[in-house]
Amino acid sequence: MTDTKTMLTLRVNGDPHTFAAEPHHTLLEVLREELDLTGTKHGCELGECGACTVLADGVPILSCLTLPQQVAHADITTVEGLAKGPQLHPLQTAFAEEGAAQCGYCTPGILLSAKALLDANPRPTRDEIAQAISGNLCRCTGYTAIYEAIEKAAEMSAKAAQRV
Amino acid sequence: MSELSILGRRLPKVNAWAHLTGSARYADDIRLPRMLYGRLLRSTRPHALIKRIDISRALAYPGVVAVVTGADMPEKMGIMPSTQDETALAVDKVRYVGEPVAGVAALDEDAAYEALSLIDVEYEDLEPIFTIEEALDRDDVKIHDTSKRANVFKEVHLSFGDVEGGFAKADHVREDWFFFEGNTHAPIESHSAVASYDADGKLTLWTSTQVPHYLHREMEKVLGLPRTRIRVIATPNGGAFGGKSDPFGHEFAAALLSMRTKRPVKITLDREEVFYAHRGRHPVKMRIKTGVKKDGEITAVEFQSYLDGGAYASYGIATTYYTGALLTVTYRVPAYKFDGVRVYTNKPPCGPKRGHGTTQPRYAFECQLDKIAMDLGLDPIEYRLRILQPANSRTVNELRVTSMGLGECLRALRDRTSWERKRSERTKGKGIGVAGSAYISGAGLPIYWNDMPHSGAEIRIDRGGGVTVMCGTSEIGQGSDNLLAAIAAEALGVYPEDVHVVSGDTSLTPVDLGSYSSRVTMMAGNATKNAGLKLREQLVTVAAEKLGIPADRVNLAYRKVYDLKDPERSMSFVEAANLAEAKYGTLVGAGSYRPPAGIGGNYKGAGVGPTPAYSYQAAVAEVTVDLETGQLTVDKITTAHDCGRALNPVNVEGQVEGSAYMGYGEIVVEEQIFRGGLHKKPSLLDYKLPTSLDTPKLETILIESVDSEGPYGAKEAGEGPLNPVIPAIANAVYDAIGVRFDETPITAEKILDALGKRDNRGITKDRIGPTGLGDGKADPKRAMRRLEASTEARERKKTQV
Repeated sequence: MTDTKTMLTLRVNGDPHTFAAEPHHTLLEVLREELDLTGTKHGCELGECGACTVLADGVPILSCLTLPQQVAHADITTVEGLAKGPQLHPLQTAFAEEGAAQCGYCTPGILLSAKALLDANPRPTRDEIAQAISGNLCRCTGYTAIYEAIEKAAEMSAKAAQRV
Repeated sequence: MSELSILGRRLPKVNAWAHLTGSARYADDIRLPRMLYGRLLRSTRPHALIKRIDISRALAYPGVVAVVTGADMPEKMGIMPSTQDETALAVDKVRYVGEPVAGVAALDEDAAYEALSLIDVEYEDLEPIFTIEEALDRDDVKIHDTSKRANVFKEVHLSFGDVEGGFAKADHVREDWFFFEGNTHAPIESHSAVASYDADGKLTLWTSTQVPHYLHREMEKVLGLPRTRIRVIATPNGGAFGGKSDPFGHEFAAALLSMRTKRPVKITLDREEVFYAHRGRHPVKMRIKTGVKKDGEITAVEFQSYLDGGAYASYGIATTYYTGALLTVTYRVPAYKFDGVRVYTNKPPCGPKRGHGTTQPRYAFECQLDKIAMDLGLDPIEYRLRILQPANSRTVNELRVTSMGLGECLRALRDRTSWERKRSERTKGKGIGVAGSAYISGAGLPIYWNDMPHSGAEIRIDRGGGVTVMCGTSEIGQGSDNLLAAIAAEALGVYPEDVHVVSGDTSLTPVDLGSYSSRVTMMAGNATKNAGLKLREQLVTVAAEKLGIPADRVNLAYRKVYDLKDPERSMSFVEAANLAEAKYGTLVGAGSYRPPAGIGGNYKGAGVGPTPAYSYQAAVAEVTVDLETGQLTVDKITTAHDCGRALNPVNVEGQVEGSAYMGYGEIVVEEQIFRGGLHKKPSLLDYKLPTSLDTPKLETILIESVDSEGPYGAKEAGEGPLNPVIPAIANAVYDAIGVRFDETPITAEKILDALGKRDNRGITKDRIGPTGLGDGKADPKRAMRRLEASTEARERKKTQV
C-alpha cells in the first residue's frame, strides 16, 4: 500500500476543491473517488473509449489519461456541471427527447464532446457532429439518435438566442 | 378498449434524466463506508492443472485484508442447472487464459493489484484444444471429464416431416458451408459488483447483471447462505447485450471476501478482463442443404451446426438448440432436419449475445436463399414474399406463430429503398442486398423447470396519487424501467412521471426471470398490465358509484376519472384513489404472466424456440466496395421491424438502430480471435467497435401487426433487428462484386483475396468460405509447440530484465 498522498486543488464545475490524493492517480480517479463526482464514467482507462471525457477550459480531454496536476489551473466541467441549477442544458433536454441515451454510460462523455462542439460551432453539419464525437464509443444507439439530439439542441439554443 | 393515452407516444424515458445529469448510480459508482477493493488473479495458461497456490506472500502485503481461492468455493455453478460445470474461481484446473483463480481484497485498488503478483500459482500444462475439429476428434485430451465423446458438450438431432421425400421432390438442391466468427458484447460499462455482508448475517450484492433472480439462486448454492439472507440488486447496466446474464466469478468472490472480512467489497473488472468474461457470440461452422421447386417453394431443409463453445457451458444447451429452432418460422419449410453439436475448447466461454444462437444460422440461411433466388432468376425480395410462413400457423417443428409482419417489412423496404431501380443499376463495386429474420419475444420456458409465473409485478397507489411499480426486471439500457412506468400509467390513467419504478431487487420486487431473450416487453409488460388493470377495476367501481354512472362508462386517463359520454362529469385520479383506499384498504395490485401452454411441441428439445409471439424484421443494405483497396463501405442500412405495437416509438427505433449498428460491426470488423490460447485483441484499440465515422446511415421503418398475445399488442424489438443486417450486407457485397462471402467478417484482406489482388498471382475467387470441416488431427501438437515457444520467449524476456 502506498501512502504518498499530496494536496491538490482543482476547480470543478465552478467550485474549488482541495483534497489529498496519490500523485499517480488520474483525473478520472480523483473526480470519482476523491470528489464523489461519479457522473464521469470509465470504460477502459486506456484512452480508447471516450467515456471519461471532461472539459478543461472548454476543451474535451480524456480524464483517464490526464493527471490532475496537468489541469491544476484549468476550469474543469463534468456532466454534473452541465445544468445551470435547475435549468437543464439544451443538450440534456434534446438527448432525453430523442432517446439519445440508452444505457447512459457513454452519455456523460458524449454530452461534453457535444457541448465543446456547439460552443465552438453553434450550427454544425452532421459530418461535423460525427467528427466531434468520433472519440466517444457508444455501444447502444448506432449514433443516429445522438446526431438528431445534437442538431435539436443546436436549434433550441439558436431559438433561445433569438428570443433574447 | 378506449384509445391509448400514453402508449404509442414519443415520450422521454422516465430514467433519462438520471442518465443525463450523471446521477444514475451504476455498480462501480457505489462506495460504502469501510469498503475494500477487490481484484481477481487470472490464469495465464489455456489448459493446466493447478498443482499449488500459495497466498502467503500476498496476505503479508501491506493493505491486503483477505485472499480467497477456488478451494474456498468448490460448489459447481452455472446459469443452466442441468449443465453446471463451472466454479466461481478455478478449482484444480484452469481451462482458458483469463479464467479467475484467486481474489484479493485490500484497503485500496493499488494494493489489491500489487498483491496479485504475489500469489504463487504452480501450473502443470496440459495440451490445449483450440478448434472445433480438434475438439471433435481428440479423444485423448479432455477439457471436461463429463464429455462422453472427445470434447463434445452437447449433441442434438431433430427431424420433422418427410425430409428424404422433400429432397426427392425438389427441382433444385443447394448445399453450402458457412462459418460465422465469434465476437463479443463489449458493453462500455465493465462488469462490477459490490457485496456487503452485514452484522445481521445478511448479504447484499449490488451488481451489473441482467439476471438478478438466477444469480440469487446461484449465490445460495455457492456461498451456502440461505436465500432468505441474500439480497441481489441489479444496478443499472451500462450496456449488457447478453454479456451480463451469467453468474460470474467476481460476484461470488466479492461476496465471500465480504463475508470473510465483514466489510463491503467492490470488484470492478478492467477492460481486458471483460474480454475474458466474454459469454459472447459462438463461432459456428454450418452446413445447410435446401431443396426447392422451380418456383422457389422450399421442399426440405437440412441444417448442421458446429458450435465452438469455449471452456464452459454457459447457456450452451439453449444456444445449440437455438441454432436450429427458428429457421422454420420465417418461410414455409415442410420438412426439416437439424443436427447440432457444441464442443469445449480452451478459450473464454461463449454464451448469449443479442440474437442468441439464431444470428449465425440466419446469416447462413439468408445468404443461401439469395443464392437460390439467383439460381432461379428471381428477385430476392419477390422470392421471399412468395414463400412466407403465414400468420396464425404452426411450423413443421410445431412452433406457434401468431402475428407475422415479414411480408409488410419486405414490401415497405422495397418501396423505401427504391429497391427495383437500384437493383437494376449494375455498377461494379456498388451493391444492394436484402435479408429477413425473426426472433422470440421471450423464451417459452424458464431456465429451471417450474410452474410459476415468468414475470410478476406489483403496483401500489399512495394517497397523493403516486404510483409505484415493482418488478424484478433489470434495466440494461433497453428501457425496461420506462416500459414498466408507461404500461402502469396507461392502465391507471396517469402520466409516466407519476410512476416510481423499483426494479431488479430480489427483496423488494416480485420475480421476473431477467432481461434476456427479449422477454421484458412481452412478459413484464403483461404482468404490469395485469397488475394495473386490477387496481383500475377498483378505481372504476368507486368512481361509478360516486358519479352515478354504469362502470362501463368510466374511463381513466390524464390523471382524470371521467364519464366517457359526458367527460365533464369527472373526478381527479387522487380522489378516486382515496375513495378506493377507503373502500378496499391499501391499494396494491399484483399481476403475473406465464406463456400460454401449447405454443411448442412435446419432443425432447421442444423447450427451445417457442415464444408467445415472434417479432419479424428485414433489412436492406447498400454497399460500396473499393476495387483497389478492398475497403467495404456500408452506405446505408434500412431496417423494417414488426414490433407488434410500438409502445414508445423512440425506444423501439433506438433498439432497431442499435441492432443494425451491432450487426454491421459483426460482419465488417469485430472478431474475438486467439493465437495459442491468447486473445489477440483484448482491448478497445484492437477489438474495433464502429465509431460514429464508421457507422452507416441507419433508417428504421416500424410495422405494427398488433399481436394478440403482447401487452397492448407489443412484441420484442431488442434482438431480432440485428439478425437480417448481417446477411443483407453479405448479399449486397455479392451484388457489388459477384463474390459470395460465406464466412464473417468481410475484411478488406478477404475482398482483395477474392479480387485476385492480395498477391501478385491475380487469381480471382467467386467465393470465400469453408468447404467443410477441417482436419482435427492434422497436427495435434502444433498448438502445444506454439504455446511453449511463446512461454519460453516470455521467460527469456523476464530473465533479461
